[in-house]
Amino acid sequence: MLTAITFLPVIGAIIILFLPNNRAIKTFAIAWSLIPLIISIVVWVVLPTYPGGYFIYNGCGSAIANASANFHLNECASWIPAINVNYHLGADGISIPLIFLTTLLTTVGLYYSARVINERVREFFFLFLLLETGMLGVFVALDFFLFYIFWEVGLVPMYFLIGIFGHEEDRPQYSAIKFFLYTLAGSVFMLLSIIAIYLNSNPQSFDMTLAMQPGAHPFVNQFINNFSYATLAFIGFFLAFSIKVPLWPFHTWLPDAHTAAPTAGSVVLAGVLLKLGTYGYVRILMSVFPDVFRAAAGIIGTLAVISIVYGALVAMAQTDFKRLIAYSSVNHMGYVILGLAAAAALTPADYKNQNLVNSASTAVNGAVLEMFVHGIITGALFFLVGMLYERTHTRDLKVFGGLGAKVPVYAALLLLASFASLGLPALAGFVAEFLVLRGAYATLTTMSFFAVIGIVLTAAYFLWKVIQRVLLGTLNPTWINLPDLHGYEIITLVPLAILMILIGIYPQWIISTINDASVAILKMIGG
Amino acid sequence: MSINTLLYLSPEIILTVVALVVFALDLIWRERGADRLGWITLSGLVLALVATLALFVPGKQFAVFCGACATQGPVDLANPATLASVKDALYVSDNFTNFFRLIATVAGIIILIGSFEYLRGRTPYRGEFFGLFLLAILAVILMAGSTNLLMIYLSTEFLSYTSYILTGFLRENKKSNEASIKYFFFGAVTSATMLYGMSLFFGATGSLNLPEISEVFRTGLVNTAGSPVHGGSEPLALFALALTLTGIGFKIALVPFHSWSPDAYEGAPTPVTAFLSVGPKAAGFAILMRVFLTGALVYQESWVALLSAVSIITMTLGNIIALTETNVKRLLAYSSIAQAGYMLIGLVGASLDRSNSSTAGISGVLIYLFAYLFTNLGAFLIVIAIENATGAVDVSQYRGMIRRAPFLAAMMVFFFLSLAGIPPTAGFIGKFFVFAAALRTGQGVLAAFGVVNSVISLFYYFRVIRPMFFDAAPDETPIRSSSWLNAGLAIAAAMTLIIALVPTPFVNLATSSMAMFGLAFR
Repeated sequence: MLTAITFLPVIGAIIILFLPNNRAIKTFAIAWSLIPLIISIVVWVVLPTYPGGYFIYNGCGSAIANASANFHLNECASWIPAINVNYHLGADGISIPLIFLTTLLTTVGLYYSARVINERVREFFFLFLLLETGMLGVFVALDFFLFYIFWEVGLVPMYFLIGIFGHEEDRPQYSAIKFFLYTLAGSVFMLLSIIAIYLNSNPQSFDMTLAMQPGAHPFVNQFINNFSYATLAFIGFFLAFSIKVPLWPFHTWLPDAHTAAPTAGSVVLAGVLLKLGTYGYVRILMSVFPDVFRAAAGIIGTLAVISIVYGALVAMAQTDFKRLIAYSSVNHMGYVILGLAAAAALTPADYKNQNLVNSASTAVNGAVLEMFVHGIITGALFFLVGMLYERTHTRDLKVFGGLGAKVPVYAALLLLASFASLGLPALAGFVAEFLVLRGAYATLTTMSFFAVIGIVLTAAYFLWKVIQRVLLGTLNPTWINLPDLHGYEIITLVPLAILMILIGIYPQWIISTINDASVAILKMIGG
Repeated sequence: MSINTLLYLSPEIILTVVALVVFALDLIWRERGADRLGWITLSGLVLALVATLALFVPGKQFAVFCGACATQGPVDLANPATLASVKDALYVSDNFTNFFRLIATVAGIIILIGSFEYLRGRTPYRGEFFGLFLLAILAVILMAGSTNLLMIYLSTEFLSYTSYILTGFLRENKKSNEASIKYFFFGAVTSATMLYGMSLFFGATGSLNLPEISEVFRTGLVNTAGSPVHGGSEPLALFALALTLTGIGFKIALVPFHSWSPDAYEGAPTPVTAFLSVGPKAAGFAILMRVFLTGALVYQESWVALLSAVSIITMTLGNIIALTETNVKRLLAYSSIAQAGYMLIGLVGASLDRSNSSTAGISGVLIYLFAYLFTNLGAFLIVIAIENATGAVDVSQYRGMIRRAPFLAAMMVFFFLSLAGIPPTAGFIGKFFVFAAALRTGQGVLAAFGVVNSVISLFYYFRVIRPMFFDAAPDETPIRSSSWLNAGLAIAAAMTLIIALVPTPFVNLATSSMAMFGLAFR
């Protein structure tokens, strides 16, 4: 089932190469992308009926099967026996929402792009579906080798999406190669760490579930049990993930890439690609290297707080609408990392204190939920920026004003997304940020305090820069004939808006899924 | 020497005979029959490939050829008694040799079908070209099979001379002539240096035979009565090794023996450039492994430092200079210099752990070579196709290629990703294995240099890609490439993908090709 979700998009991409005309390509791509979306919903719904550790197919032996108890819908087959590489997929409560997010944003992005992309259509839809496979693969891979391959597969289509479809004035070629090189520079060190884990494990294996097992397990990983070696391997992964997140000071590729990318590209970039990094934090840094992460929790937590405050301040200084939203991602990703660092900071003694463990799982829940809602909210915001740009051909915040009365539907949706993003209660962003701060307060108290300052700043830049500059004030006469949102634009945004409100009012359905996984992870770390 | 023994040389014999036939028929048919000669050449290569595939044997059996061996022909490595009798072999036909036969013949086929259209109209002497090309392929194989310094020297010179002529084959073209002359002068100096190094080996050990040299270095020289004369001399051995490395490094284009290669690559007919980037490099690595891992195995702690340094300098310098190149052929020249640096990582990684005789590094090098073969030839076929249609070899002339030749442009991305080692491509598998070998032996710094370099390399590979996809074409005429060339391209692309998706057979192939080195490691 996970194989189907992962590889359907790439099959669709290949079919697109043979379709006769643009119309067929667009219709096909949208329709095709619905299949993984539907499967991902089905997976979410049926997940509770399958016990943890259930294998749809197991060709990898009992050691891996026993280690995979936290994962559902496992599929495992031997791929490169010479070096024990397995094709091992599996999902848990952390990957499931992210898989859904990926398929949803892809479908929505394709739907929107079908209207606005009219040049080099075949390439666009081909690349987009290829990108989807890369992203989904990362979320389901449970083998380091496989994980690395999917991790890299996403880079190339994104490079071309930015480079080909970016707007000329945003230097898309420069931004594209900067994005590619930055991410690659991080990930090659991850490759070395992966090899190091493999070489120092006994029996040698690339399986993630085996590497997650505590030291007493028959699978002995000398790297992970030797703190100084493990630190080196940790740094390799840390660099790869932190560049992707991006954590301050690794964020400099992000504003360029987000700004230059076409609208749907920015949506997926902010909505999903950044989550690959935070997902890596949970799946690998936290689960495989708990000891090192604990030791580094203070440093990483500090970087997270700097990201929160710095991201907010820089966003406030922007005059470009899209760049502002881009920096708001740095800001929001800081909460995710802060929550994870807070959970990782628990010492073995702390695990005896149930309150602390509960706080930690709250923090992880909040972090994962923040990943999801940030994808929804920032996705919507990038769509809104794109829609405004399509009409006005500018993103300069200084030239707008008074659009609230002119384009009421647009204004309503922009207000909704902005409020959700700045953390207004009863909207999705609030729930996630509240959980993070509530959880982080227990272990990283001081940092949580500074993070709250970030919330104020976030509110400031959204209210002052976005809502006031765009919607309020006197109407610039240039925009006297500005049309309101078209039907297809509303359809694009509605699913995202519904989720923002739904999660804000009744988050339990998604938190319960996440909670199962975060409790399981903490139980594994705490022994 | 029985017929049975000669069968072990069938690929070499086929290539020799076909080359002579081509030369002879060329005298009769002249330019009119050149197309037919191309066919004959192609069938000769295919035949040699088939013979090669038939020669892969599962066990450790191999054949030796020498003047005065007690045993001629097939030897079973599993039987230690027969091993002593093959110590003075001149030439060995084992799976290792066979691996390089495979590389040479496959490269020959792909380059040849890429060259048909290119040569037409550029030279009236196509028949000679085909004959010389076959001899060059033969020379690559002969280098790989040599286990005697004299034989190594002769086959190296054989390859050099055929390469010089092929490089300067476009007589009317000044650049081609200049390239050939530069190549020749550089080659003459390095080969003389190598010969001096080999003479030092002989002086130190009294033998030209690699297994014997290895034994003397390990146990000391004995006189006829069996008493030791002197032990192996490490400084002398290292000096001799360094001098020999000069000649081999020239073939592989290792820094600092690389300076001929950008000029030769630029001036040579592009199919010859493609050959230079694969054939001599593969053969050079074969000899490098034979000399360093058989002959001088005992001093490996010392030469590992030397080769690590050469590896780091080679990949770093190759990549950094490539950053500024705008001529695609020169860019690929520097790229292939850097690629040789990555391969050396594997060799260094192979050598340290003799206790458990892990040869992960050697198989890493072989897998890398195999991946590099298809990837690099694929890239060159595209350069040939574009040059055929437009005469363009400069990056700026590649603008808008996605409009004019979408297939070629997309394939270029794929091959360049493979050269940079991005999955899912063969190049990634190759890099993975050499980096893993380096980490296995504790060469973390070397591996770190390797990965940083692959990031740098991506930048210049994508400097070629960028105009192809992002810029508007100066004119929109579609580029048509011949179906022969497309077939070669399809083979190269398919193999680049298959090695990445199903690496197991190729890993096994590389592993079984190292059986010979069991001799030296015990």
